[in-house]
Amino acid sequence: MASGKEIRTKIASVKNTQKITKAMQMVAASKLRKTQNRMEASRPYAERIRTVIGHLSEANPDYRHPYLDTRDVKRVGYIIVSTDRGLCGSLNVNMFRAILADLRRWEDEGVETDLCLIGAKSHAFFRRLRTNIVAATSHVGEVPKVADLVGAITTMTDAYREGTIDRLFFVYNRFVNTMSQNAEIATLLPVEPVDKAELQEYWDYLYEPSAGELVDGVLDRYIESQVYRGVIENVACEMAAKMVAMKAATENAGKFIDQLQLDYNKARQAAITQEIAEIVGGAAAV
Amino acid sequence: MSIHVDIVSAEGDIYSGEANWVFAPGRLGELGIAPRHAPLLTELKPGEVRVETTDGEEMFFYVTGGVLEVQPHLVTVLADSALRGEDLDEDAALAAREKAREVLAGRSDEIDLAQAQAELVEAEARYRAAQKLKGKRR
Repeated sequence: MASGKEIRTKIASVKNTQKITKAMQMVAASKLRKTQNRMEASRPYAERIRTVIGHLSEANPDYRHPYLDTRDVKRVGYIIVSTDRGLCGSLNVNMFRAILADLRRWEDEGVETDLCLIGAKSHAFFRRLRTNIVAATSHVGEVPKVADLVGAITTMTDAYREGTIDRLFFVYNRFVNTMSQNAEIATLLPVEPVDKAELQEYWDYLYEPSAGELVDGVLDRYIESQVYRGVIENVACEMAAKMVAMKAATENAGKFIDQLQLDYNKARQAAITQEIAEIVGGAAAV
Repeated sequence: MSIHVDIVSAEGDIYSGEANWVFAPGRLGELGIAPRHAPLLTELKPGEVRVETTDGEEMFFYVTGGVLEVQPHLVTVLADSALRGEDLDEDAALAAREKAREVLAGRSDEIDLAQAQAELVEAEARYRAAQKLKGKRR
């Protein structure tokens, strides 16, 4: 059994670790709240722009924008959003597993894939695989800006427009609640047509210049707002997962400390008993 | 008679309120929108959106572009959150592609030590502050 001093040092070191995990847990909790507000704030824009698209596609039924056309699939693109940092449980791993299953399915069908990676963790993971990474960005931070994402998104939408890829998917973690986050694979392109039922009291707009010319800008903004929303949601997931992981770590450290304390008491007791035995033995010898 | 104005960007709400007049820099020229304007959809140029509120106040918002949607009782400005344009987008796309090459070459800054340390210091400081607050409450 370790000596009393050794155990004491160990307890001190575990206590320090516990302090840090506790602090990280609290920081994640406060960041989670802020991120959830940001998620709410991005909703009105996304909803309005979707209605506008509905009107636009309704207004010129003969003009088919490439974003709205379904093509035969020969090559697909993925925009993958991961976290930049670890210590958030199995959040990224679960997502990568879902993606790998998808990639394998495409491979079996003879379809090639292009990846666009957002977040340092996905860089580290997909670099080791034989994948075709065409665009990447990282460290968009906890308060992402649309401007930081435009480059990566444009690369993929351009590829779609030029016909390099025939479908564009978007993978991020969907925030269900603090305890559960799910990897979600959504289709970005082609854009799903808006249900006519969604356009309540239908009327037509005056278009300046023309509906056809407006479609392009609006669709690009729509895609960007969706990716932006996904990135924000992924940050919320990261914070929630980190909070849970750090809470577990703090609890484990607590249990560990209790056990060590017990060991320490036992060692101390044993030392005292031995000392008494020695004294008694010594006295008897005299 | 007033018209409701919402100015929103992807990153959040900017303004919401009632107005007598709204002026916006449309792609084909400056637009003045009064209540009961015909439904209209147009793109915005970088410029100023001016809102004359019902209390006679004037408010100015600079937009870097976006989409303007008008309904008889409602004006929505879908503002871009950043300046953009063909060239800028193209540059950003090139940067993203460059980054992809870096990732493939393995020159990724995956473990940003400086940032990690800064965060640890911040976490500890927060923890200490929290402890102090706790102590005071007792």
